[in-house]
Amino acid sequence: MNKDIVTLHKELKDGKTTSEELIKESLKLSHEVQEKYNAFVTIIDDAKSKEITDDLLSGIPFGIKDNYSTKDILSTGSSNTLKNYIPFFDATALINLYKHGAVPVNKTVMDEFGMGGTGTTGHTGIVLNPWDTSRMCAGSSAGSACAVAAGVYPYALGSDTGDSIRKPAAYCGIVGYKPTYGMISRYGLFPFASSLDTCGVLARNVNDAAIVVDGMKGKDPKDMTSWDSSNIHLYDSITKEVKGKKLCYIAELCNIENFENPSDELKEHLNNFKENLERIKKLGIEVTEEHVDKTLLNAIASVYVVISCAEATSNMSNLTGIVFGPREDKDDYVSTIKDFRTKNFSPLIKRRFIIGSYVLEAKNKDRYFYNAQRVRRLLVEAWNKLFEKYDAVILPVGSGPAKKLEGSKEILDDTATALEEHLQVGNFGGFPSITIPDGFINDLPVGLNITGKCYDDENVLNIAAAIEDAFDYKNQIAKEVNHD
Amino acid sequence: MTKYKAVIGLEMHCEITTTKSKVFSSAKNSYEVDPNVNIAPLDMGFPGTLPVVNKEAVRKALMVSMILNCKQPEYLYFERKNYYYPDLPKGYQLTQETKPAPVGIYGKLKYFVNGEEKEALINNLHLEEDSASMEHFSDVSLIDYNRSGVPLLELVTEPCFHNADETVAFLETMRNIYRYADISEADSKKGHIRCDVNISIMDESLEEKEENFGTKVEVKNVNSFSAVREVINYEIKRQIALKEEGTYDEMPQQTRRWDEATMQTQFMRSKVDAIDYKYFIEPNIPKYKITDSLLEEIRKDIPVLADERKEKYINEYQLSIDDAKNLTKEKNISDYFDKLISLDIKPKDASNYVNTIILGSCNKLDIDIKDLFITPEILAELIKLIYDGKLSKNQAKNALYKAVDTNKSPLDIVKEEGMEQIDNDEEIIKMIDEILSNNSKMVEDYKNGRTNVINFFLGQVMKETKGKVNPAKAMEILKSKLD
Repeated sequence: MNKDIVTLHKELKDGKTTSEELIKESLKLSHEVQEKYNAFVTIIDDAKSKEITDDLLSGIPFGIKDNYSTKDILSTGSSNTLKNYIPFFDATALINLYKHGAVPVNKTVMDEFGMGGTGTTGHTGIVLNPWDTSRMCAGSSAGSACAVAAGVYPYALGSDTGDSIRKPAAYCGIVGYKPTYGMISRYGLFPFASSLDTCGVLARNVNDAAIVVDGMKGKDPKDMTSWDSSNIHLYDSITKEVKGKKLCYIAELCNIENFENPSDELKEHLNNFKENLERIKKLGIEVTEEHVDKTLLNAIASVYVVISCAEATSNMSNLTGIVFGPREDKDDYVSTIKDFRTKNFSPLIKRRFIIGSYVLEAKNKDRYFYNAQRVRRLLVEAWNKLFEKYDAVILPVGSGPAKKLEGSKEILDDTATALEEHLQVGNFGGFPSITIPDGFINDLPVGLNITGKCYDDENVLNIAAAIEDAFDYKNQIAKEVNHD
Repeated sequence: MTKYKAVIGLEMHCEITTTKSKVFSSAKNSYEVDPNVNIAPLDMGFPGTLPVVNKEAVRKALMVSMILNCKQPEYLYFERKNYYYPDLPKGYQLTQETKPAPVGIYGKLKYFVNGEEKEALINNLHLEEDSASMEHFSDVSLIDYNRSGVPLLELVTEPCFHNADETVAFLETMRNIYRYADISEADSKKGHIRCDVNISIMDESLEEKEENFGTKVEVKNVNSFSAVREVINYEIKRQIALKEEGTYDEMPQQTRRWDEATMQTQFMRSKVDAIDYKYFIEPNIPKYKITDSLLEEIRKDIPVLADERKEKYINEYQLSIDDAKNLTKEKNISDYFDKLISLDIKPKDASNYVNTIILGSCNKLDIDIKDLFITPEILAELIKLIYDGKLSKNQAKNALYKAVDTNKSPLDIVKEEGMEQIDNDEEIIKMIDEILSNNSKMVEDYKNGRTNVINFFLGQVMKETKGKVNPAKAMEILKSKLD
């Protein structure tokens, strides 16, 4: 199960293995990983094999984040509000993958409805990092990242509203790809913040990510924001010919002198990133330093909080226990709804709902919500300006490797906030964005991110694939470290 | 002498009943069926479902916007109106606010009150979705999601009415427009139309502008035109009484509800407790460019409306004003009449039949003209028998009356009763020859000068044919035979 999709497909075709064997192995690993890291809400023990066709995905097992609606299979969004919810329809992205013969074997734990970046707020408990169980996977696609890194299967589906695919990928030493907004239908994805939500994939190499998204994407009459990408062939367009491509990094996020009290981890992380830029240049890619206004960069996190909380509070207003979910038996509708929501949402989500409500109130809307929209536009314009000159922006992910679970609430160096949160710009603009592993700090993986302009997914993946080949971290499986 | 005048504004909700599917889902747009059968996952707010705008509903909304002389927006947006209620499964209603602009803004419409022309000012028209419907019992409430997501047009007027007559006349005009333009059945009995009425009073001597207006009282969910009339009259009286008592200025801006049982309005909440709906643009619906060519296309499709038809009936068809008015009062009547015209019935005849026997019969049977089994096609065929001299007007009338009584086609009755006149000359000649040869003595009498016996022969012919022969024709033949 630690092989890539193309290899597995070849073995299936050559009769070296069968879909049944792969599924059996994947299920066995699922139980082991569940035992060790608590990555799954549901393990689909009765998963059925599929016929092996010429389709690369046929017969190969995969995992699904638990915010994808799966017909006849429990879909909780890792929330008590939906702890018994068994949908009667499949998400469009899944229907597409099933047509390619893909076989789901589990539903992965996430931060409740995608809110939270730690993998610690799901209703079934905390997901542990397979490299170091004292650390988090980051979130919200924590279970998917954990399982792929642990080698349960070659890929798992994720969703990304701020960095929910791309950050856990970095913390788990794998690839996380969020395509352009609307390339994959969101029909059947439990919404967090609809203007930012994007379906995507976690895998162990860029080729696999491309193959999977090729299978998920497509215009969907049920999602008005989806678009026709039938002329985009992600996997086929990976040539790794990158000579003359142009990348830029943003000095304010990458140069150590911009941080007041940089930790050793941050220093190493940025140092590693800069060394990697040199390796990238050797591929014939031009790498240039660029500047973006610090004030604007420092606003990223606030813009994200305001917009995502506002949309989330509305998106999750359907969770009242009246139509689905464990209904409260009260005398009037107000207490029926209130008790359901009070009991079943975690404190973190409730805080976000309050923020979302507050910024949408008539008296606050201009100051917070509309201003956030304005700054969102400014940030998108700033990135689009870079895309006029460069194929993509390359940046380090986060301020180091996975954080400790204990003490994870430690207040971060304020000056590192923008570095922690810059991936959210990818959601503000709907940009294609991919994280790949770019090294180790204290034996723990770290990653870098490449983000390009909308609809330019082929170019972004091709660059990522070439860079991935220049590094030594392709297809890595988590090796548990012990620092004690 | 009245010292006060009332200032009244309306929010009129009318469901679009003529689209195939709901406004944001593919479920059938029909709720007059068994509960909870016309539902798509979105209509119950299932997680992960997304809205898809129904283009037909948008076209119809834009058409009404044009009829109301509103300005149409450059881009179409929808907004979420967030609040919790069991009939609102998503926890928000998809609607349109004034910013960005809804399907129509700042319009005006001519209407008539007792023959006097007035102009209503439209603040805006927006397209939204209806909620589910609920039935409350002593120990349970039942929810029917068939209505959830039915397209709804909300029309907001300026405070431009002054009494119940004006307000109701405007509502009737709007109902006609909805019917004539094939937007809605607009039947308040079926719940297609619901109104909120805003009423305040002010000193009559003051100029009618906002700073002189009194305190606005909104009466919610007034669901028939007669109730609108009652509410307005009740509120004007109530508010004048407060003025007279000197307590009007203490009355807070408020929302009230109409209680049909007591025929009174009741306090619901004051403005201070107004709900903050936290509107924001629905991110799942990309903004949609409304092109000039789309608007032109829709404009071409606007059907001939009541006033235009009325003018045509008077000027082109030479009908009396009263007849034209009666014929255009309801779209279905006008459609029936127009169908007769298209079947080559003379306008005067068509008007006579529709305004007398046909509408009389509908009244008697208590049905809508479109449900009458005597269709325009059947009536036209009957009238044509008269045109062809095969049936007398009286016979036609009798057949129609009998048809209504027996629920049979008047054409069948004509046949069964043998009403149709014999116009086959040979047949008549043959019959007359027989009568004459059987009465040779009287033929001789005639020839000897007793010419009045010809009436006996005619009587015989009519008897033999049970009156199916045109008497003038029979007489003509008799004369030619005898002379």
